[in-house]
Amino acid sequence: MKSSLISLTVGSAITLIAGAVSAGTLDTVKSKGFLQCGSNTSLAGFGQPDPQGNWKGLDVDFCRAVASAIFNDPTKVKFTPLAAKDRFTALQSGEIDALVRNTTWTLSRDTTLGAFFGAVNYYDGQGFLVRKSMNIKSALELNGATVCVQQGTTTELNLTDYFRANKITYKPVVFAGSDETLKAYDSGRCDAYTTDASGLYAERLKLTKPEDNAVLPEIISKEPLGPAVRQGDDQWANIIRWTHYAMVTAEEQGVTTANVDEMLKSTNPDIKRLLGTEGKFGEGLGLKNDWAYQIIKNVGNYGESFERNVGAGSQLKIARGQNGLWSKGGLQYAPPIR
Amino acid sequence: MAIAELEEKPRISPFYDPKIRAFVYQAAMIFLVGYGLYAAYTNAVTGLSKQGVVTSLGFWDSVAGFPISFRLIDFTELSSYGTAFWVGLINTVVVSVIGIFLATILGFIVGIARLSSNWLISKIAYWYVQIIRNIPLLIQLILIADLMHHLPGATEIKQNTSGIYLTNQGLFTPRPVFEAGSGLIFYAFLGGLVAFIGYYNWAKNRQIATGKQSPTGLVFLGLIVIFPIAVFFISGMPISLAYPVKTRFSFQGDATLQIEFVAALLGLVIYTAAFIAEVVRAGIMSVSKGQTEAASALGLTAGQNLRLVVVPQAFRVILPPLTNQYLNLTKNSSLASVIAFPELVQVFAGTVLNQTNQAIPVMGITMLVYLTISLITSFLMNAFNQRMALRER
Ligand SMILES: N[C@@H](CCC(=O)N[C@@H](CS)C(=O)NCC(=O)O)C(=O)O
Repeated sequence: MKSSLISLTVGSAITLIAGAVSAGTLDTVKSKGFLQCGSNTSLAGFGQPDPQGNWKGLDVDFCRAVASAIFNDPTKVKFTPLAAKDRFTALQSGEIDALVRNTTWTLSRDTTLGAFFGAVNYYDGQGFLVRKSMNIKSALELNGATVCVQQGTTTELNLTDYFRANKITYKPVVFAGSDETLKAYDSGRCDAYTTDASGLYAERLKLTKPEDNAVLPEIISKEPLGPAVRQGDDQWANIIRWTHYAMVTAEEQGVTTANVDEMLKSTNPDIKRLLGTEGKFGEGLGLKNDWAYQIIKNVGNYGESFERNVGAGSQLKIARGQNGLWSKGGLQYAPPIR
Repeated sequence: MAIAELEEKPRISPFYDPKIRAFVYQAAMIFLVGYGLYAAYTNAVTGLSKQGVVTSLGFWDSVAGFPISFRLIDFTELSSYGTAFWVGLINTVVVSVIGIFLATILGFIVGIARLSSNWLISKIAYWYVQIIRNIPLLIQLILIADLMHHLPGATEIKQNTSGIYLTNQGLFTPRPVFEAGSGLIFYAFLGGLVAFIGYYNWAKNRQIATGKQSPTGLVFLGLIVIFPIAVFFISGMPISLAYPVKTRFSFQGDATLQIEFVAALLGLVIYTAAFIAEVVRAGIMSVSKGQTEAASALGLTAGQNLRLVVVPQAFRVILPPLTNQYLNLTKNSSLASVIAFPELVQVFAGTVLNQTNQAIPVMGITMLVYLTISLITSFLMNAFNQRMALRER
């Protein structure tokens, strides 16, 4: 009888793993009382616990914004640190409610992985890190080089494409974890380390001698990073993407954590719709009308979150560049709230 | 009449018939297990398809698009996912087979050393077993790989005349280049081998028949070593050595021994040998002391005693648990994926899975492969065990 018990347990385990999550995610999240967010294991600027154990980062802020929109409380979120190769399984199985972990939006992830991407909270591209002592000025000089790369990423795929397209070769050393990958590069096993440019800035800080390493000028891919949810739950997908757009709209309109209470009195119709003093836009999402007010009050607008986590106010000091507002030459553009 | 009556079986109701009962139980069991698996599979597939994920093996022949740095068959970026599977599988088998071979040798040495009357040797063997057996293999692998990563980089090494370079990419050595006519040397070697086997059998039969011993060592050297070397020189030295040529980042071509392979192999061998040593020690201790005493009374040396009396008897005790260790080593080889050795789990259940997103077929196939390898190993070891078993007459 023992083995039939085992088979039943295995059966129900797999059922659990792959069982479709039938109730709407919003209802599930509300009844749980918190949002379960798939995050980085540790990536400065995007998702990383600080020495006190508080999660910090652009992606972490995003999860806190969603929690604020639902619960009026940015702390009602739990983080599940995920290695790159495990993240979509965690999403498919319902272990997490949203995957917010510098994840690139690609067609096949939308189709074959059952993921749904709706917004881009960081426009990125892939770059290379090399030791200055090697005297390499361009990625095209990497012919024959050994490259350390993390498994289960678009990084792994772009790398191949780039070398193939340029008719040069490389020797891959592929790790599942980001720390192992970086350590292998740091110890000299690899001549180059490659990942999203934002990741390069963050990971470089972990090297024994960050200043001995340089980022090469080539950006070899498009990496639109954004939150992903499961396919088939439109309400939840809306909440996720409009959370980002609310943050961008707030920046467009100059609404910040500091002035949001004052802005409640604004007569500007765009701001009134954003903050819920006019219309019932929050209800349409299944939230309260002050959903965006809560996001801005608790987390801030997109620009504030950017500067604090990856921009001038952080160790990474990344310029706004492509992530600036569309009106300032960047790519961040929010559809109108109306 | 009376006889027929005696032969008639006592009647039992089918309900209490042990045969029928056993059959019903087993049928029910098979049904339950089968149903459990079936339900799990269909549930997983429908669950996934509700999320728009279609489960299929259609990717098998598509272009994989990634290179693999350690491969024994042809594999380029243009090869298929199916070929990537074979590269991974072959790497798993190679590291396991070589690992089993070396772990057996090391395990026997350590196991015998533990029983040595030499205090120092037996203590060293004792601590080896205690330490290695009690640290998780994963940690040992990471430690070994990390130490090896700190070998000098290929770019830091100066070209030298020996042509041998130990770098953190691996060991680069001169490689033989076979020119026309080199086949002759191979045939010479083969011929020498056949001749030696013939000679050996002749010498053995002669010893059994007449008790006269003949030299084997010298003949071995002559036929298998000196003869092919002579042919090599006579045929005008058709094998030459290609020395590694430095490139900007490394040396031309692949390393003779790649660091990830060596680290994986070392980790598996050192770890498994500690367990094999215990198995060997138990086996040897199971041979009664009287056997050893009898052997020395007959004038056998300690070495002969071990080789001819103790080990053959110990083997019967050693083999079944040894099989277990072989299976463990094979399955443990999957841990080498963590140190970037491209074996089955790393290549197929790692990169291929991530590119195709076909979790169920990929993981299913991976599990089937380990099951098959394990069953084959068990089968071979059982056959060997049967041959070694005590024949009772
Ligand atoms: N954007 C890429 C790569 C994302 C990725 O996993 N990057 C690594 C290297 S920067 C990372 O975030 N590692 C940190 C971690 O695992 O927490 C993708 O979606 O595939």
